[in-house]
Amino acid sequence: MDLFEYQARDLFDAHGVPVLRGIVARTPEEAEQAARTLDTPVVVVKAQVKTGGRGKAGGVKLARSPEEARDRASDILGLVINGHTVEQVMVTEGADIAEEYYFSLLLDRANRSYLAMCSVEGGMDIETLAEEHPEKLARIEVDPLVGLDAAKADEIVAAAGFAEADRAEVARVLVLLGEVYRENDATLVEVNPLVKTGDGTILALDGKVSLDDNAAFRHPDWAEFADESHDDPLEIRAREKHLNYVKLDGSVGIIGNGAGLVMSTLDVVAGAGKEFPGTPTPANFLDIGGGASAQVMADGLDIILSDAQVKVVFVNVFGGITACSEVAKGIIAALEILGEKATKPIVVRLDGNAVEIGRHMLSEAAHPLVTMELTMDSAARKAAELASKN
Amino acid sequence: MTIWLDQDSKVLVQGMTGSEGRKHTQRMITSGTRVVGGVTPGKGGQTVTFEEDPVPVFDSVAEAKAATGANVSVVFVPAAYTKKAVFEAVDAGIALVVVITEGVPVKDTAEFYTYAANSGTTRLIGPNCPGLISPGQSNVGIIPASIAKGGRIGLVSKSGTLTYQMMFELGDIGFSTAVGIGGDPVIGTTHIDALAAFEADPGTDCIVMIGEIGGDAEERAADYIAEHVTKPVVGYVAGFTAPEGKTMGHAGAIVSGSKGTAQAKKAALEAAGVKVGRTPSETAGLVREIMEGRG
Repeated sequence: MDLFEYQARDLFDAHGVPVLRGIVARTPEEAEQAARTLDTPVVVVKAQVKTGGRGKAGGVKLARSPEEARDRASDILGLVINGHTVEQVMVTEGADIAEEYYFSLLLDRANRSYLAMCSVEGGMDIETLAEEHPEKLARIEVDPLVGLDAAKADEIVAAAGFAEADRAEVARVLVLLGEVYRENDATLVEVNPLVKTGDGTILALDGKVSLDDNAAFRHPDWAEFADESHDDPLEIRAREKHLNYVKLDGSVGIIGNGAGLVMSTLDVVAGAGKEFPGTPTPANFLDIGGGASAQVMADGLDIILSDAQVKVVFVNVFGGITACSEVAKGIIAALEILGEKATKPIVVRLDGNAVEIGRHMLSEAAHPLVTMELTMDSAARKAAELASKN
Repeated sequence: MTIWLDQDSKVLVQGMTGSEGRKHTQRMITSGTRVVGGVTPGKGGQTVTFEEDPVPVFDSVAEAKAATGANVSVVFVPAAYTKKAVFEAVDAGIALVVVITEGVPVKDTAEFYTYAANSGTTRLIGPNCPGLISPGQSNVGIIPASIAKGGRIGLVSKSGTLTYQMMFELGDIGFSTAVGIGGDPVIGTTHIDALAAFEADPGTDCIVMIGEIGGDAEERAADYIAEHVTKPVVGYVAGFTAPEGKTMGHAGAIVSGSKGTAQAKKAALEAAGVKVGRTPSETAGLVREIMEGRG
């Protein structure tokens, strides 16, 4: 889960990381009021969107009066930046920036460790810096069992080439950012830029924080970060049913068990779709997981059948823990509940645990919408064919 | 021969008295695994009977190991307690710790992976994995034992169900060992670890490697194969149709910007001389050709 800049700012502030005062506004009038409250000669109005490139897109503007802050907020609110509509801005104090630096701490999947990256050349896009001037980006491993302690912070600031006079204060801030990372189950804490002001203060001027969804159970306060406004309504409904669902653009609804098998099913359907007019593609990803019951199967089918784009449903299950008989029971139950509302064909491929019983149940039920296929590849072809025709 | 697990492996189940632990312990025993004990703090001294077999429960891994000589532990405890369970197994000097639990915070995994790596004695598999099976000898985790017989194919996979699918399609040829390494961003045993072990195993003739979107483990495995693996390797990668920025079921399965795509992984594997199937069935077909001397 990614946070908005103002949420990152609040987390930094809570851990003692020096930040500027900032107030969130959802209307130009609120922005004007925010500037009045801050009462500094210059304020900055910053679009709050979870994407980069805000500055270039016109999403960050200076204002020298509350009225100007209102006008700049009016310009920025409603902007679309990389597909993200700006619905709120943060109005912050202006800063007298003398130097800009870069710092991030992130999960390093490859090394199964944490990686700190730091540069005295901040402000620019870090991927560009890493590519064009890799020598200017210090990359230091941080031991997950130790964290970013004072010794590690000293090592980082030395490697990044900070001036002697600045090292102690920058290192102090890095230790605090390391605490933000560890205590909040973050997978990324990025400050770009980290700045030194004219009077020598070190400040986190912009922050990006990603949190680990798996850790939500021990952070009840994360509920306030939930942001469903941009989610697909079907994705929200699926989440309420604890289903692992991702909406896509195509016409073949997919239900399977296990993330790998479902991803594979999408690929095989997309491949088969190329052979048919209109090249049908998958409508969604839906993993009903291991050991799914008939109820879970019925819930999944219900969500997919309510997607207007879906023309055909492909149920692809390899029963490891999941019993194919439960899957068959779920399909039959869902069709009974839906009654005449069920109008879309369902292609089913079952294999593995209790497959004979499952197939027998579906044969006995002989529902006119259900077609059984024996292999994943032939079932994908059948589903693509039906989607192409209907 | 097999890798990491054979008929002599003595297996502890951490979390055996919970519902998942109990269910899968029964399955493991039925498939011939030597389950020598369970560990549940506070329930030491109890016995759980699986059909005919009574299995003792211990308060700690250390006690269980001292009493039974266990060298493998499989972890079914809930995500909130997984880190503590793995630390305990590492402290007890268990050689192989297999973490089935899904939904473990990655901070905990990074910590217990590092702890296990520092120990120099414990190999960690998982978390969020189906475990591993050396068919006919031992089965640790949740892989259905009846899908495939023992044989000479080695398999390593991020995905549980794709492992089952592949074992099912090649069940008649059989497997030395099949290892599900899990779909989390941080995992204990990697594709490369399994490739190295299969390369060294005289009981394995051909290796199947199943990957999926996210991270660059497959690319690094491709480099490793080019340099170090002489046995034929057949690959499969899932997630060509996954949209950017969406987590596809597994916590680690996410394309970030242009990174972690299936296309890049397939290309890297092919450049290393690995035959990559377009579907699981086609992949199984490529393995069959090699094992039957036609590849």
